Amino acid sequence: MNELLWIFVSALLINNFVLSYFLGLCPFLGVSGRLDTAFRLGLATIFVMLITALCSWFLNTYVLIYAPYLRLISFIVVIASTVQFIEMVIKKLSPALFKALGIFLPLITTNCAILGLAIFATNRGYGLVEGLVFALGAGAGFTLALVLMAGIREEVELSDVPVLLRGTAMNLIIAGILSMAFMGFAGLFSST
Amino acid sequence: MAKRKEDLQQEFIKGLWRDNPVFVQVLGMCPMLAVTNSAVNALAMGAATFFVLVGSSFLVSSLRRWIPKQVRISTYIIIIATFVTVTDFTLEALVPKIHKELGAFIPLIVVNCMILGRQEAFASRNSVRMAVMDALGMAAGFLFALLSLGAVREILGEGKLFGVSLFGPNFEPWVIMILPPGGFLTLGLILLFFSWIKQRKQRLEQRLAQLESEAR
Repeated sequence: MNELLWIFVSALLINNFVLSYFLGLCPFLGVSGRLDTAFRLGLATIFVMLITALCSWFLNTYVLIYAPYLRLISFIVVIASTVQFIEMVIKKLSPALFKALGIFLPLITTNCAILGLAIFATNRGYGLVEGLVFALGAGAGFTLALVLMAGIREEVELSDVPVLLRGTAMNLIIAGILSMAFMGFAGLFSST
Repeated sequence: MAKRKEDLQQEFIKGLWRDNPVFVQVLGMCPMLAVTNSAVNALAMGAATFFVLVGSSFLVSSLRRWIPKQVRISTYIIIIATFVTVTDFTLEALVPKIHKELGAFIPLIVVNCMILGRQEAFASRNSVRMAVMDALGMAAGFLFALLSLGAVREILGEGKLFGVSLFGPNFEPWVIMILPPGGFLTLGLILLFFSWIKQRKQRLEQRLAQLESEAR
C-alpha cells in the first residue's frame, strides 16, 4: 500500500511529467490559454493514460516476451487504435462525455507523455496495479501543471508585458519558475 | 540545372536558420529540453534524430505514390518507429553509457512532432532528392539548436564544455542550469533573443523604407 502511495505522489509532484521530465510540452504550451479547456484536456489525458497503462501491461505480459524488438511499434499502434476505438464507443454511448473529451482524444494519442508513460512503466517493471496507479498520478500531475499554467496565463493576459516577451518565450520562463517551485517537493520523502 | 541546384541549397538553408524547427517553429520541444543538460548528450540526441529524420523522409518520399491517403499518418508513424528502433539498438551497442543516460528519450523520438510534421508537410509531396535535402536541413537545424542549448547549460551549470573544464576550480557552478528549470529558462531566453533580432530587423527595414520615401 505504501509502495503504491509513493508511486502516485512521485508521479504527481516530485517527478511531474511536464515540469521535470519535459513530457507533453506541446499541449502544455499550446492548450494552456484558458482554464476550462486546460482542465478538460487534463481529464482526457488521465483517461488515455489509464488505457495506455492497461494496453502496455497486456502487451508486455502476453505478446512482447516473444518479440521484444517490436515494443515501440506495437505500443504506438495498439495505443492509437485503442483510443480511436474508445472514442467511437463514447460517441455512441454518451454524447455529453464525447463533447467534453472528444476533440482532444486523438490529439493526446500522439502526445509524448503517453508513450513516455508506457516506456517508463516498462523500464521500471511495474505490474498492472502499479502501472494504473502510476498512470493516475502522472495524468493528475499533467492536469495540475496545465491548470496552474492556464491560471497564470489568464492573469498575465491582462497585465502589461513587453512586446518582445509575449508568446512562447514568456510561457517558457513561467514554466521554468513553476518547475523550480515543484523542485521543492523533492524533499517530501526524505527517508526513501 | 543551375536553378535546380539553387533550389536544393534553399531547402537546406531554410531548415538551418530561417525556419529552424526549434527556435522559429517551436517544434520538438520535449527531447530538446530533456537531454540538453550536457553538450555530449545533446550531440547524441541530435545525431539520432538526424538519422531518423533523413531515413524516414527518404522512405516516405520514395513510397509516396503507394501510401493510401486514409492511412498515411499511421504509415508514417510505423516507418519512423522502425528507424527509431534501429537507432535505439545501435546506440545501445555502440555507446551504452550515453544510451543509458538518454534512457527513455531515444524511443520517444517517435513522437517528436517535428519529424512527423516534415513527412506530412514536405516528404509526402516532393521528389526524393528534395525531401532528403529538406530533411538534412531540418535535422541540422535541430542539431544546432540542441547543441547551443546543451552548451549553454553545461557551461553555466558545470563550468565545462564536452567535459573539459573551462574556468578553473574557482568557478561556482549554477546547479539550477542542469536541472529541469534551467532548461525552461535557457530556452525561454534564447527565444527572447531570437524575437529581439527579428524586431530589430523589422525596425531597420521600416527605417530604410522611411528614408527612401523621404529621399524621393
